[in-house]
Amino acid sequence: MATGKLRNQKIYFTLICLLLFSPTLIAQQTESADITATPPAPVTEVVAFDTPNDAGSSITICWKKSSDDRPDDRLFAGYKILRAVYPRGEFQQTADAPAGAEETFDNEAKDGVEYTYRIRAVRGDLYSDSDASPPAQSKQQWFHTGRVNALIGCLIIGLAIIFFINRAKSGKELYIRKIAGLEAVDEAVGRATEMGRKIFFIPGINDVDNMQTIAGITILGRVAKRVAEYDAKLEVPVCRSLVMVACRETVKGAYLNAGRPDAYDEDAIHYLTDEQFGYAAGVDGLIVREKPATIFYQGAFFAESLILAETGNYIGAIQIAGTAMPAQLPFFVAACDYTLIGEELFAASAYLSKEPKLLGSLKGQDVGKVVILLAILIGIVIHTLGLFNFAQIFTVR
Amino acid sequence: MRRQIPQLLTAIVGFVYIIQFFIPHKPFNLFERMFSDWFLIIAACAIWLGVLNLLKLSSEKVYKRGKDWPYSLVSICGFFLITIAGLFFSGGRHFQDPGTPFDYVYVNIFTPLSATMFALLAFFVASASYRAFRARSKEATLLLLAGFFVMLGRVPVGDLITSWLPEGYRLSNLTDWIMNVPQTAGQRAIMIGIALGIMSTSLRVILGIERTITGGE
Repeated sequence: MATGKLRNQKIYFTLICLLLFSPTLIAQQTESADITATPPAPVTEVVAFDTPNDAGSSITICWKKSSDDRPDDRLFAGYKILRAVYPRGEFQQTADAPAGAEETFDNEAKDGVEYTYRIRAVRGDLYSDSDASPPAQSKQQWFHTGRVNALIGCLIIGLAIIFFINRAKSGKELYIRKIAGLEAVDEAVGRATEMGRKIFFIPGINDVDNMQTIAGITILGRVAKRVAEYDAKLEVPVCRSLVMVACRETVKGAYLNAGRPDAYDEDAIHYLTDEQFGYAAGVDGLIVREKPATIFYQGAFFAESLILAETGNYIGAIQIAGTAMPAQLPFFVAACDYTLIGEELFAASAYLSKEPKLLGSLKGQDVGKVVILLAILIGIVIHTLGLFNFAQIFTVR
Repeated sequence: MRRQIPQLLTAIVGFVYIIQFFIPHKPFNLFERMFSDWFLIIAACAIWLGVLNLLKLSSEKVYKRGKDWPYSLVSICGFFLITIAGLFFSGGRHFQDPGTPFDYVYVNIFTPLSATMFALLAFFVASASYRAFRARSKEATLLLLAGFFVMLGRVPVGDLITSWLPEGYRLSNLTDWIMNVPQTAGQRAIMIGIALGIMSTSLRVILGIERTITGGE
């Protein structure tokens, strides 16, 4: 009896719910059916033009999106790009663009062939095509106009460097500020000689295609010459095969220039592994076992910088670091005796060689700094007065 | 001749790289790709130089029972273990697939060892910070204060302590200011110096003024 009453109550409740919600459900279904039944509004203002500053084979297509392309319209699927050879070619799909897009690139165009484009707006199974764009053809450019500023900057700084190199060659004395880390190189090599312990040189973990590694190897050349002159022992564990080859050639040349080719030991420059932490573990092991008196870290370093430098600090070695990785500089400053910060790494070779030609290039670099400083000051004034977007001049595309 | 040819090649490749940055037209755009491919091919071949060097030195040490030779033995065993597992027991080209012996060695030996090394960083950061943050001079005191506020501002308790201050003047805002203004300014100055340094060093190497890298004086 009670079960029958409960069943009746359930039936009544279901009927009431259906009565209450049926208008909403019907309305939603009708609306949904209406949306599905209507094709989207077509795209307008379709233009196509050669993509600027490229090596050809690319046409940029721009349009004003369909008025039905709204985030709340879930049925709107996006756009299809249709391409035809102008004037009588057949339109074929060449690319897709997502909803909300108003620009895309046709990177499969043939240079010199005129194309026209239609944009198909797609909603569900329905679509609508735009009018055809005016014809456009792709071509290669002989100069990247977005990089004129970079060219001017390179010319100013490059010419300044060449000017000061020539000036130094003519015998003019150039003042170069003292860099504490480089002044300490002799002391560090001398200390290792007196203690009869090794000098470690770590040229970073990047390959020879990185300018920091190149700078590190040039410093190695200067350090190796001092090592040869002092008759100390040098060990260079490396992370890349090509770096090993370059380091060997450099150290061999340095020993030869110091008049000690007999003291050169090829095996002192050896490969460990390409793996970052494997390399860190290998070098740490060497540091702890060999207890070098001096350690140089010169090149590109990442997370392993502090692991290496703290281990060196733990065994009490004199440590001279240099890197152009801003994120690693604080670690080296905290754990090493001397740190070459950024540009000092690149200046080190010239500084150690004391060769006028190389020192001249450092002066040219200073001209670049003066130019940038002036630009910053002018920029501050112009932006404060709200005259125009001065920073835009320095944007390289 | 042994030094001139590398210098000549350096100059040619260097100038081509500079030119292709400004001229997208053929053939300059192709050179960049070509030289990059050449580098990858040479680097891939050169890996054998490194591997053979490692094996040669380690084998010599083990054979002569040199100082710390057991470490060299571990290196040799590790090298052959992963090479044999990858080449002969892991299904050829699919050696990196999950479940292969190569993958087993990689996941269960190599990855934990790398993670262990990386984890050491936490302890080293603590010891290095302790030394760096000792207020021995004006600069070090400034560093200590900046570090203190940044660390405190990065955790919820920082804002909780300063919750009585108006919105925008709390510790997290001070941290953001330190990171966005003085820190960014300093870092940008370093970056400008680095860019100029790279340019100057590149020119020296390309023009053959800096010859240390090719074994010259």
